[in-house]
Amino acid sequence: MAALIPEIASEELLGVPRVESDPQRRRRPRIRFWRGIVLFFAGVYFLIPIYAGLRFSLQNDAGQFSLYAVRAIPSQVGFSAAFFLSLRLAAVTTVLTMVLMVPTATYVHLKLPRMRRVLDFVTILPIVIPPIVLILGVLHAAPLWLRSSPYLLSLIYVILALPFVYRSLDAGLSAIDLKTLVEASRSLGGKWVSTLLHVILPNIRAAMLSATVLTIALVLGEFTMASLDLWTTLPVWIYQFQQTDGHIATAVSMFSLIGTWVLLTVIVSVDRSQSRRSRRRTGTL
Amino acid sequence: MTVTEALASGPGSSVPEAGGHAVTTQARNKGLRRAVRPALAMAPFVIYTVLGLGIPTLAVIEEAFRSDTGKLTLANVHTVMHGTYRLGFLNSILLAAITSVVPGILGVFLAYAIETSRSGVLRRLVATASGVLANFGGINLTFMFIATLGSTGVLTAWLSVAHLNPWNHGFNLYSFYGVAFVYLYFQIPLMVLVITPALGGLRPAWREAAENLGASSFRYWRTVGIPVLLPSVLGGMLLLFGSAFAAYATADTLTAGTVTLAPIQIGEVLNGNVISGEENIGYAIGLGMLIVLTITMVLYSLVRRRASRWLR
Repeated sequence: MAALIPEIASEELLGVPRVESDPQRRRRPRIRFWRGIVLFFAGVYFLIPIYAGLRFSLQNDAGQFSLYAVRAIPSQVGFSAAFFLSLRLAAVTTVLTMVLMVPTATYVHLKLPRMRRVLDFVTILPIVIPPIVLILGVLHAAPLWLRSSPYLLSLIYVILALPFVYRSLDAGLSAIDLKTLVEASRSLGGKWVSTLLHVILPNIRAAMLSATVLTIALVLGEFTMASLDLWTTLPVWIYQFQQTDGHIATAVSMFSLIGTWVLLTVIVSVDRSQSRRSRRRTGTL
Repeated sequence: MTVTEALASGPGSSVPEAGGHAVTTQARNKGLRRAVRPALAMAPFVIYTVLGLGIPTLAVIEEAFRSDTGKLTLANVHTVMHGTYRLGFLNSILLAAITSVVPGILGVFLAYAIETSRSGVLRRLVATASGVLANFGGINLTFMFIATLGSTGVLTAWLSVAHLNPWNHGFNLYSFYGVAFVYLYFQIPLMVLVITPALGGLRPAWREAAENLGASSFRYWRTVGIPVLLPSVLGGMLLLFGSAFAAYATADTLTAGTVTLAPIQIGEVLNGNVISGEENIGYAIGLGMLIVLTITMVLYSLVRRRASRWLR
């Protein structure tokens, strides 16, 4: 259940304050010993498959080192169609999610704090309802014209993205003094729309960025719904293409893994510098 | 002036008919606007989630009790509780149980090893890595494990040098236990993410207090550490259970849909691989999955309430 994870993942990525352990704590040699063993085995378990995947991508059929699979990716039948379909779905999903959730989350924070619990509950539901059951219901309930469009997937991906997009925006909005900002803007004559665009958005930029990247990662990696809705998105293409050439399929899959990893690392560091800056700002005030 | 009149006059009308009336009109307009505005502001979200989440879920539940011709029936539910579909559920529950308890325990040890380490770089690295790996599943994971432990995989080759080729000792990556082994790859990082805040809440002062009172390390864990952590660990395992129970992509791509699990059976129905007259079986399996997951989440919220007593 992919949707289950982002909630926690985003909490961790957003740097939920943690209790630092006492630096003066005595080090026990015994603990250090078994910690080494645990970390060693974890490292082996998690790194060998990555190594194996990379090695397999950089090999030809004879098992020799070769870049042929990487070079051949763009020219494969159906690759660019699948890749651009996934990109389009990611773009539509991200825009829809933001347009839906930023005003809603802002309004609830500002005017309806009681509704936050309701929103918490509703946005956790996509975690309880597995994608396979949701797509079953969607394919039954959606009208035909919508079922024949790939953008039906975007519409459901918005639902799948809700848990961590909402949590991320909620954390971002809680971190700023929303009320003062809005009152200042309104008393200077700003309209609601310009207050939202020019005052609130710049202040929750980091939260929106992390929500966006998590949404994109979700859309680019989603297999269950896309394959059952019979659209050849990137993961579906990779799966189908393994029969043609396993090396190329694995190379594409390793690229998408590394891409996601880099993106997530970038948001974590952007987030970190952002929160450090804001802490400094409140410190000087 | 009634409410309908106030509505008809609209929010922009401030033209006074008479002094006193104008005030009440404006006041009423304001009151009305105050009542309508939250509804309007919440409308897009409410409509979207009802259409995208509520209606599909209700459709699954309703169709579970209908025959293919649309008549109300309990036949689907009955079929799902017997034979191969029953086996699918039992396998799914067994798989979820194995892949929540084992990674749950391993995840706690790993998280503790990282938490007690002094290196900030290591912690940050593990935090991002866990975030990525916990989201990792489906096709990418399948390929990595085929390259590792497939019949020509890297690890298989290394082990066969030592005459320990796992395939010669009853191991099959494309089987139930193969799927379980692969699930560890995202379940352990998920447990690390869930349990790390709880470990952070284990205050060093408690340990010092226990030691000053003469407690051994074992005694400290038995009487303080484990009781405090247990609800969080159980909560984490319940999350892992839900995650494994609902997972489809990894099991499907790894075994090409040959392993008997409830989500795979739904996929089979959707792909049209089903006896005619049993098309609505898929909905009944879906209903069963919803019930299992609802129970899991209810238990999770109960355990979580208990966990928050000591931590945070």
